[in-house]
Amino acid sequence: MTTVVLNRRNLLAAGGSVLAVGVSGLLLPARAEGLAPTPSMPGGTNNYRKGAPIVDRIGKGGFWMTGTVRRAGDGAPLAGQRVHIWAHTIEGQEHEPHSHGATLTDKNGAFRLEMPQIIPIFGQPHGHLAYDSGEFKAVFLRPVMRSAKETSLEAHFVLQPV
Amino acid sequence: MALIWVALAAAVGVPIAAAALSPLLEWRGAVYILAGFAGIIALGLVLVQPLLIGGYLPGLSAYRGRRAHHWIGGALVAAVVIHVGGLWITSPPDMVDALLFSSPTPFSPWGVIAMWAIFAVALLAAFRRRWGLRAQTWRIAHMPLAIVIVAGSVVHGLLIEGTMETVSKAVLCALVLAATVKAMVDLRVWRKRGTLRG
Repeated sequence: MTTVVLNRRNLLAAGGSVLAVGVSGLLLPARAEGLAPTPSMPGGTNNYRKGAPIVDRIGKGGFWMTGTVRRAGDGAPLAGQRVHIWAHTIEGQEHEPHSHGATLTDKNGAFRLEMPQIIPIFGQPHGHLAYDSGEFKAVFLRPVMRSAKETSLEAHFVLQPV
Repeated sequence: MALIWVALAAAVGVPIAAAALSPLLEWRGAVYILAGFAGIIALGLVLVQPLLIGGYLPGLSAYRGRRAHHWIGGALVAAVVIHVGGLWITSPPDMVDALLFSSPTPFSPWGVIAMWAIFAVALLAAFRRRWGLRAQTWRIAHMPLAIVIVAGSVVHGLLIEGTMETVSKAVLCALVLAATVKAMVDLRVWRKRGTLRG
């Protein structure tokens, strides 16, 4: 059993260290925590289908889904990661298999997949992206386009090792 | 006199016609289209309700106006059931999210709250006599729910990016708000003493 001695010297030292940690924490939150993992978005898993094939393009294309995959903490780009993409497009609804496809990130952790034009569904023009390969914690994103007229959409993953 | 009827037909008919011309329909299934139009029609019915009970539609006696208000209320329940049911069939997970208030779309909770308020009014109306609700009790229950229905429906509609054309939708929503405020002011629904209608 340790005896905690409360005297002026201990209190000053403890107070000083609390102050130091607290202030540096406030000044450098990113440094202290590292790059935080991306949380899944509400509704992100909707109409997900497991095992979409890796494709050069979904359907006839005309719309670009782009983004990056990085590691939580140090932010290192993750190459060769599978990103699954689906949406309600001019060629099909979200739940239909031909609306789904996957691609792999390049050496810079970037991905880019051509797909048919996304159109508003359930009140918002949005896409779905999933990382669900097991090495890192699964993340499901549901980015919304600023306008239904846009012909591209981006989403970024920061993954946390399992 | 007939001008009010023409204006009402235009206020409800133009948004429906404009939505029927939406390019988005090409990429939607029949059930989804039906569900969408049921929602637009429901918004139109929400406009008709205060006009009927306020006695603003020429040619309808107070009695017939009140009877029509009851029937339109029933039609509103049916339209909402078709709207929600059709959307459920179209994309079950999205509808479940909305009903559980866990949807990412900001308009969903407004619609779901308005739906429950519509169901609550219909239930109260159906059992009003059996439960022996007095006119004042009925009004105390119906008026706040009517406000929730109107506000919820208008916000729900305005925030949605769908088949409705923006200007005709905004005009319809403004008319719904104006008709509701006018009917509530004219019928003095917040007065303690009873009025002839309500």
